Amino acid sequence: MDRRFFLRGLAASACSAAAHPLMTTVTLAGSDGGRPLGEHRLIVMILRGAMDGLDAVQPQGDPEYAGLRPTLLRPDAIDLDGFFALHPALGGLAPLWGAGQLAFVQATATPYRYKRSHFAGQDMLEAGTGMDVVADRVRDGWLNRLLQAMPGLSAETAYAIGRDAIPLLDGAAPVRNWAPEAFLDLSPQARLLFEAVYHDDPLFAAAASEAMELADSGDVGMGMADKGRERTKGVKLDDVEKLVTYAAGRLRQDTRIAAFSLSGWDTHRGQAGSLDKALTRLQYAIVQLREKLGAEVWGQTTLLAMTEFGRTARENGTAGTDHGTGGTMVVAGGAVRGGQMYGKWPGLAEADLFEARDLMPTSDVRAWAAHVMQSLYGIDRALLESVVFPGLDMGGLQMNGAPGLIL
Amino acid sequence: MTAIRTLAAIRFGYGLPLPAGAPDAVPAMLAALAGPDRAAADWPIDGLAVIQPKLAQLRKMKGAGRTDPALIPVYDQLQAEISAAVAIAERHTVARALDARDGFRERLVAFWADHFTVLARPKSDAMLPYALVEDAIRPNIVGSFSDLLTAATLHPAMLTYLDQSQSVGPNSFQGQRREKGLNENLAREVIELHSLGVGAGYSQDDVRQMAELLTGVTYDPRIGTRFEPRRAEPGPETVLGVTYAGEGMDPVRAALGDLGRKPETAGHIARKLAVHFVSDTPDVDLVAALQAAFVASNGDLMAVYTALLAHPAAWQPQAEKVRQPVDFVVASLRALGLGGADVMAMSRNSFRAKLQGAMAEMGQPWKKPKGPDGWPEDASAWISPQSLATRITWVMQAPEKLVPTLPDPVALMTACLADRAGETLIWAVSKAESIREGVGLVLASAEFNRR
Repeated sequence: MDRRFFLRGLAASACSAAAHPLMTTVTLAGSDGGRPLGEHRLIVMILRGAMDGLDAVQPQGDPEYAGLRPTLLRPDAIDLDGFFALHPALGGLAPLWGAGQLAFVQATATPYRYKRSHFAGQDMLEAGTGMDVVADRVRDGWLNRLLQAMPGLSAETAYAIGRDAIPLLDGAAPVRNWAPEAFLDLSPQARLLFEAVYHDDPLFAAAASEAMELADSGDVGMGMADKGRERTKGVKLDDVEKLVTYAAGRLRQDTRIAAFSLSGWDTHRGQAGSLDKALTRLQYAIVQLREKLGAEVWGQTTLLAMTEFGRTARENGTAGTDHGTGGTMVVAGGAVRGGQMYGKWPGLAEADLFEARDLMPTSDVRAWAAHVMQSLYGIDRALLESVVFPGLDMGGLQMNGAPGLIL
Repeated sequence: MTAIRTLAAIRFGYGLPLPAGAPDAVPAMLAALAGPDRAAADWPIDGLAVIQPKLAQLRKMKGAGRTDPALIPVYDQLQAEISAAVAIAERHTVARALDARDGFRERLVAFWADHFTVLARPKSDAMLPYALVEDAIRPNIVGSFSDLLTAATLHPAMLTYLDQSQSVGPNSFQGQRREKGLNENLAREVIELHSLGVGAGYSQDDVRQMAELLTGVTYDPRIGTRFEPRRAEPGPETVLGVTYAGEGMDPVRAALGDLGRKPETAGHIARKLAVHFVSDTPDVDLVAALQAAFVASNGDLMAVYTALLAHPAAWQPQAEKVRQPVDFVVASLRALGLGGADVMAMSRNSFRAKLQGAMAEMGQPWKKPKGPDGWPEDASAWISPQSLATRITWVMQAPEKLVPTLPDPVALMTACLADRAGETLIWAVSKAESIREGVGLVLASAEFNRR
């Protein structure tokens, strides 16, 4: 039985507000009184469209970089460790790096190879499978399988927020779906009639039941600053603002896991402009989350921003980059052992590239996610390698001298 | 058992009640489709022939149109003309759906417009996606798939959206001199999304070779689509084992024609059609029948549509699909008795606020899917708690602003659902506390939202 049906009896009457940003999705998961997830918050952001990690965090110390990136290299990038430098549009994150609350995993990728399709790549990223499984045959996402593996998670287990499906959290474990500005105000009679009318259609019945319930519990969305359109340098930020405000509101309460998605990373041409916008939105999301969560909760938070693959090592002919392989994962939060780069750097010489064009992946991005879940929640490695990420081998992660990604 | 005519209107059109004179049986639907495109004539939308001269003028001005006092009025006038053309195009698109006797044609046009998704980046390009529909899709919708694929791929809207106009062969004259190079975007999507499908057997080499083959194809509004030899990668290219040699558009057209006839393409298109019209998990035999019709006819789309409407699985009584928000809003307008003229009588702001705003809040911002793969198909992608809440809220609030008097809910239910209204819905509508809630129940019902 779907948990959402069970919960319907708890619903009172009222309304609520919550917004769904145009291009963003959030999913939230919560813990119950037993708190199997403890106080640790995990936020997963899916960066849809393939973020160019080589531009976001520029390996300027690599002798090949300047030649590969003649127009994209930014002399004004902010030096991180003498080798890597942060794109200026992420400059607002430099204090986090200094405070040890920001790290990057370089040259990492899902097991997806060769065809470089966004859509197949995202399917695999969210399904958490390897190339041996057809991604569209997998009906649940790895974050949902984590929830399935944790007994005792209660009603607040998960929500997806925003207009879009977030397959990362699809699956048998109950997941909530809401958007910061969605609204439903029905008379008691209309509510009863809708429950009857939808009764025989499980999709509509479940959605309506959850909508009624979430509309009733609507304190979170309502507290949102009703500002005008938030913009920086002409970049639209109001949707990100709503998203993170909503997410932070939940995470300050019983929610322990959240997932967002941000789009706008497919920078085939004129990347200097388009990536700047996407990075500005990413930076805003992270900075605002830190602010809105408050020091205590941020201190217990780990944020992973993952993308389906990286982009070509070389700029293409149109001052952009095409679909690649090895990419970058952004890791932030007070629970993170930050201020350093993770992963083995493969080099950018022609012979070091994957298929002579892409950054060579030196780690499986799933292994980092598994490592984080193991560190935060004490999840058994065998379970991570068989159920959450079937076929994963967590061995061989390059901690570059650190005992682990999590403090 | 639902009557075939009900299913035909709901599953393969924009719903009930049908406009006067609309066919309600398969042979007449196919005959209408094979006949003239009346909706295009009744509610015209500008194609490239009208738009391009404006774009050419804008291009000639470059940035000066915004800074040179002598040019500013001309620039503003051109932008205003484009904006006015968009205002007509968006409403005429809805008017066609509402009024077309040939509803299946309008649904097919929408299907192919989604298959060949293009987005307009600068505001001045806002008419290009409409022009692609007028110039490439509508004229080719009952022809061969290869022709449709070729027309859509080489349309300026596509060449612009997927960056083809910037792609330069690295060893071409321009590539050598100006250090410009290849952009794989169009080549990849032509293979992955528009023809073979991502599951087919092709490699990165095929994508790269296709991208090299496409170099030289470029669009400049001052000249039009053309082949620019100085940008073309020299030498022949081999895509999927076939070598294409020679200069000019011919090898490009030959490759697109071949891609459009591949058996994998037949399978990809067959499945997409079955998924769009019938089920997220379509009957295997239905897909096989469509694929067989495609292959046997060398990609004649009329043969494929005929096979679709001939197959029993296409008429399964269970309505598995969900009307996407645009279609849901259109079907609601039709149910409330609004036609194209009513939509045209709305102010631009009213159209945007009442209709397009609602579509966006339900998850489908007008003509703005996220990427070249278009809108999702799964029912669950459209019916989440937040999007269903938005649908319910809209049908509870919008109808009284759209029509002078709300209809009797029972009459509305009969008009728009005929024999599909379930017993519970019939009971519930009679129990509604107000006409407003009764109307809302009908339009928010699963029966009305599915097809």
